[in-house]
Amino acid sequence: MNEQKTKLTRQFMEALPHGKALDMQVAGVGDGWAELTMDYDERFIGDPETGVIHGGAISALMDTCCGAAVMSHPQLATITATIDLRIDYMRSATPHQRILCRAECYHVTRSVAFVRATAYDEDMENPVATATAAFTASANDPRDPERLKNVGDTVKGTVL
Amino acid sequence: MSRKPEPVQVIKQRRDGALKALVGRIPYAQFLGIHFDRRGDELTGIMPFKEDLIGNPVLPALHGGAIAAFLEMTAITELSWSMLWADIEHGEISPEDFPRLPKTIDFTVDYLRSGLPRDAYARARVNRSGRRYASVHVEAWQDNRTKLFAQATGHFLMPSKD
Repeated sequence: MNEQKTKLTRQFMEALPHGKALDMQVAGVGDGWAELTMDYDERFIGDPETGVIHGGAISALMDTCCGAAVMSHPQLATITATIDLRIDYMRSATPHQRILCRAECYHVTRSVAFVRATAYDEDMENPVATATAAFTASANDPRDPERLKNVGDTVKGTVL
Repeated sequence: MSRKPEPVQVIKQRRDGALKALVGRIPYAQFLGIHFDRRGDELTGIMPFKEDLIGNPVLPALHGGAIAAFLEMTAITELSWSMLWADIEHGEISPEDFPRLPKTIDFTVDYLRSGLPRDAYARARVNRSGRRYASVHVEAWQDNRTKLFAQATGHFLMPSKD
């Protein structure tokens, strides 16, 4: 396993302002896969009558998780962007339960990474949503760690 | 024999009140800072820029998930709005009687260019709305209306009318 790569992915994920806003946590990262969790929060509710969280919050978690799977892929550069993301919502997430997403980058070409992901609440037998996505890809660049070293600083505002 | 038209303030108040009731009750819209601008029955979703929406701090660019949420919110709001419009116009519905929101079946986002760190706008079009299913397309832009930075198509399950 490429330890530097997974460490970098973890750091990057934990520095994302939107990921922080939604309090996403990295549960695990490996070569071309990632697991992220997001706790239930009343601010994320999309249907006030049932307390079910908004599909958009699930999308954000799944997009981030797919991105993390691409970043952690040993053959790819740590910089990527979403080209296309399709989410199928199988059922409503049960209110007050944590959401876990697992994404796997199952195929890469020189310029595209193909990813699929599944999101679960506490009932791991019945997924809440599945996603398929395409991300931009470029070959692993040894300079990446240098370039990304100061991600924490840019988040604090030096670049923004 | 025609009835005297209603005063414009009365109409505006009723429409804006209905819109506010529709969107104001969704906590996630507040969380992202999304609101809607109305011209007649046309809605434009607005997501003002804030630091929390950043996904790539190096570029910096808006988070793909925040963009997806903005588009989905705009699609659901437009769909509910078009479903309620006639009832709102006839003054036959009060916000307490609004039906449940449509449920997303699937949603596909096409990211055309990276979202810049500034305000984003979106408009949705209901391409088909039947008794049970609806198909909605939504477009989002920032500085130029003709230069979309994302678009999406989604299918929705309509709330049962009872």
